[in-house]
Amino acid sequence: MTQAATSSHDSSGHDHPPFLAHHYETPKQQFDAGKLGMWIFLVTEVLFFGGLFCAYAVYRATHPEVFIYAHQFLDKNLGALNTVVLLASSLSIAWAVRCAQLDQQRALVACLAITLALAAVFLGVKYVEYKQKWEHGLLWAGRYQAAESAETANHAAPEAHHAGNPESAPRDVGIFFSVYFTMTGLHGIHVVAGMGVIAWVLVLAVKGRFSSQYYNPVDYTALYWHLVDMIWIYLFPLLYLIH
Amino acid sequence: MTFLPWNLSLGTRTAAGLIFGQSGGSFWMPPPSATSAIWVDRAFYFILYVSTFFFLLIVTLMTFFVIRYRRREGLGPQRSPHHHLALELTWSGIPLLLVIAMFGLGFAGYIDMRTPPRGAYEIRVSGQKWNWSFQYPNGYVDTNLHVPIDVPVKLTMSSKDVIHSLFIPAFRIKQDLLPDRYTTMWFTATRPGEYDLLCAEYCGTSHSEMLAKVIVHRPGEFEAWLQEAQKRRQNLSPVELGRELYLYAPGGCAVCHSIDGTRKVGPSFKGIYGQIHEFENAPPTLVDDNYIRESILNPSAKIRKGYPDQMTVYKGQLSDEQITALIEYIKTLK
Amino acid sequence: MSGASDSYLTHTRGFWSWALTLDHKRIGIMYMVGILGSFLLGGIFALIVRTELATPGPTIMGFPDAASEASPAEQAAENMVAIAPSSTTGRDLYNHMFTLHGAVMIFLVIIPGIPAVLGNFVLPLMLGAKDVAFPRLNLASFYLWLFGAIFFVVTLHTGGLDTGWTFYTPYSTSTNSAVVTAVLGAFILGFSSIFTGINFIVTVHKLRPAGMTWFKMPLFVWSLYATAIIQVLATPVLGITLLLLAAERLMGLGFFDPKYGGNPILFQHFFWFYSHPAVYIMILPGMGIISEVVSVFSRKHIFGYQFIAFSSVAIALLGFLVWGHHMFVSGMTPLAAMVFSALTFSVSIPSAIKVFNWLATMYKGSIGLATPMCYALAFIFLFGIGGLTGLFLGTLSVDVHLTDTYFVVAHFHYVMFGGTLIAFLAGLHYWWPKMTGRMFSDVAGRWACFIIFVGFNLTFFPQFLLGTRGMPRRYYDYSGLLDSHPEFALLNLLSTIGAYTTAVGLVAAAICLLHSLWRGRPAPANPWGGGSMEWQCPSPPPHDNFPKTPPVRDPYDFSYLAYVGPDRGFVPQT
Repeated sequence: MTQAATSSHDSSGHDHPPFLAHHYETPKQQFDAGKLGMWIFLVTEVLFFGGLFCAYAVYRATHPEVFIYAHQFLDKNLGALNTVVLLASSLSIAWAVRCAQLDQQRALVACLAITLALAAVFLGVKYVEYKQKWEHGLLWAGRYQAAESAETANHAAPEAHHAGNPESAPRDVGIFFSVYFTMTGLHGIHVVAGMGVIAWVLVLAVKGRFSSQYYNPVDYTALYWHLVDMIWIYLFPLLYLIH
Repeated sequence: MTFLPWNLSLGTRTAAGLIFGQSGGSFWMPPPSATSAIWVDRAFYFILYVSTFFFLLIVTLMTFFVIRYRRREGLGPQRSPHHHLALELTWSGIPLLLVIAMFGLGFAGYIDMRTPPRGAYEIRVSGQKWNWSFQYPNGYVDTNLHVPIDVPVKLTMSSKDVIHSLFIPAFRIKQDLLPDRYTTMWFTATRPGEYDLLCAEYCGTSHSEMLAKVIVHRPGEFEAWLQEAQKRRQNLSPVELGRELYLYAPGGCAVCHSIDGTRKVGPSFKGIYGQIHEFENAPPTLVDDNYIRESILNPSAKIRKGYPDQMTVYKGQLSDEQITALIEYIKTLK
Repeated sequence: MSGASDSYLTHTRGFWSWALTLDHKRIGIMYMVGILGSFLLGGIFALIVRTELATPGPTIMGFPDAASEASPAEQAAENMVAIAPSSTTGRDLYNHMFTLHGAVMIFLVIIPGIPAVLGNFVLPLMLGAKDVAFPRLNLASFYLWLFGAIFFVVTLHTGGLDTGWTFYTPYSTSTNSAVVTAVLGAFILGFSSIFTGINFIVTVHKLRPAGMTWFKMPLFVWSLYATAIIQVLATPVLGITLLLLAAERLMGLGFFDPKYGGNPILFQHFFWFYSHPAVYIMILPGMGIISEVVSVFSRKHIFGYQFIAFSSVAIALLGFLVWGHHMFVSGMTPLAAMVFSALTFSVSIPSAIKVFNWLATMYKGSIGLATPMCYALAFIFLFGIGGLTGLFLGTLSVDVHLTDTYFVVAHFHYVMFGGTLIAFLAGLHYWWPKMTGRMFSDVAGRWACFIIFVGFNLTFFPQFLLGTRGMPRRYYDYSGLLDSHPEFALLNLLSTIGAYTTAVGLVAAAICLLHSLWRGRPAPANPWGGGSMEWQCPSPPPHDNFPKTPPVRDPYDFSYLAYVGPDRGFVPQT
């Protein structure tokens, strides 16, 4: 989406500023087109995750006992921490857009850098969580081995204590972890992709490409980042806070 | 499998099939042989007449316009309005009413097909790559579906592997079989005779050979047949039982293994006992009782050279007595 | 190559000027080459399938049963098998062929076909714009398409694919063919489709010239817009479904595996949630082309413009609510079946509206039977049959009998081949002079159209009979049914003869068009008398399309155009 917006062309029109692509009449038309494109792209992202939310709904309806049992293996504190981290990163990237609109170059760079750092923190926490699951065999259905590990290595699974007696585990617990890993994994991939885009925008910002006249990529990236944040805000209660 | 004889008699047989139908069928459909078929055919012919009418209307108008208004010297397009609300509403409204009628007719028939009457005679159906087995209330299992006439029969069905679909064209019924869950269908056969039963959901290599017959028995003959079949099955020697299993058991060997040396999906059984075979994933091994037993229970342990690792695992599906019977049968195949 | 003046074809030269072009016209041409190449491949698979079915029992693939121990036959079977390494029998080879025919035709040809080739070329021209909204994204879509296509070709070499194009679980999770490669290919193609959709929606919204209100847009633009909505809303669901399937095979995710509490039917719901709307991705732009062609060649204002435009949008939206009609026998509740059946019928009304409006357009017109119009008439005939036979399949009780039989095969070929591909050919002939600057031989074009029309009906009409009489689809061998249905032999043979006739017609059409590149006379700007903006720039168009955006007028008002002979075509009267 942002590609076209930044393309400059050997424009014949003298009144064309360098950032305005040749097939647009005015900067506003270009900005609006990019923004509409970004919004439509976000709709496709919502539908992409929509399929998974659907699968979640189906399996929670057919296996309610599995979800109640298995969610206790997730670490609520780390999940909450990550929620705060992502919310903060949304704030900082929104601030970055504001800075661009006000021509505050250094603040723009700083806000983007903070966003990037917070995204890295999110992934770090996620890594810690995944590692714990991996060590306890709390994996997706085809690799799920927690029944043994919870019995033999109780000390290694502190959160399994209040999960109750492992013998009372319902059938098909693995399906919960399939849902968990698919949804958080796909979200994680979106975070990584977002970091790539933010890094690219950061480089452009350092080079001083943005101004109150032209800050389209910053604006579009922020939109995308808000969506990534929002999906997590749904994932957190759906996976971690089940009653 | 050989097609020559068919080609020789192709003309006459096809003419008979197409024009007169097979024993009373129409140009479009095989003869209706169950109560469900009456529902389907009624809706089918209603839609057929309506759509034929509209199709002829469209094509006639189109042809007429092309001839009447073809481009000619000195004759340009004539003025006529290019929107007309009443006309639009007419040709939206009339089709709408007609499709509502079609929907109603179809829905009534569907509800009937999906609602088995109380006290229907129950037969359990199992589908597996690539054959059928039908288990009767007394425990007898057959590879063909035998049913009494004029009695509602309910099939409770499940698949052992992938999705299959049981289809009886003469009855106009079809229902998918799913792994690990049961689906049902029911019918009341109305004409005695033999009908095709086939798999309609693509299920792999031999999908087109996953065939069976529905045999509709005349009044009173069904019970007698069932008792007779059951008795016969109980009095078999091991070799005879092995042969029965080879031919007819659920997932019977005959689907993939011949006894005359022909190559099918798997190797032939002819004369293998006592031979030494080469394998893709194991050293050469003598074909003896232990090897055959292992090949049935855990086929992937030794894959015969040049053949795919495709065989179903029969662990838990055959009793020791049945495995022994199969081994005894294979020994006799010289 | 074409004319002295600067055109998009001669603007720059060399391989890289094409490979890295941002010009929507060149991207359209590249798509055309790729998609027609895939069409050839899919067509060859179709002929192989039809040849196998020409006679009962094995015809050209495998002799595993007929040839006891005879070693030459064994050898021959082995040779056939060498094409698809993992298979051992003719049956498997056949299963690979029909799967690849379906997958290539649907994912590589019909879904992208009209929007990516003709839409790309014509949409900005029709709007008087210089390009689509995001030219780089457009190029990226093309390379994604190419990349996805490469995955499909790789599939051929790594064990083939034998799941059917529908990838139903649990068959697709248990077979040993190259499902993951194919699924990833389809996933990538999905992104290509999504990006094209985004591009077109934004182009229509933001790049219309001043004065072109929504109801002054050509109907082809409306249909592309409706198509783009479906591409954007439905394709992501296919994307996630295919990813889950790939993960299921690679890691044992278990979403669709009953062994772990998963549900194989969920896959079917996900799959058809995309793949039914995808049917409208295929047919809607075709209907748009027919609206243009019928009006232009009747020299009459299109009848019921607003009804046609809104019916496109109605089909697009209703199309999202009917996916369940593919699953009436998979065990859904009667209530769900009732809802899906009722909604399915509701889609038939907007389709009927379009057909009646086309007929009303022809009324009192001045109908010229040039090649594009011949294809349009063929479309109305074939789509009529395709659409009406859909009524049988939407009717619950009748669908129980007909689903998964050759009736379904015949029905969707009448819609997709008789509908979409015939419309594609109509559009290709209609805009060919604009794209290449050359006129093709109208006589040859009409002959090709006639041969295709006859061959097509001969191929697929017998399949309706095969279906109602109970021959299932995806059947390698029908000899087991011949005892009760001897007529299957003749019907299948007719169908195979028809398939070869159709192939001859398609080759004739290809020769007719290719011949014009060398021998065709130069095309005037407006050879057919079209009223939309693309006919107001030279053929072929210059690099920037229009030096200045032309004035907006009613695209279906032809009264100001006069024919002044083959060299100058139609010109505005002053």
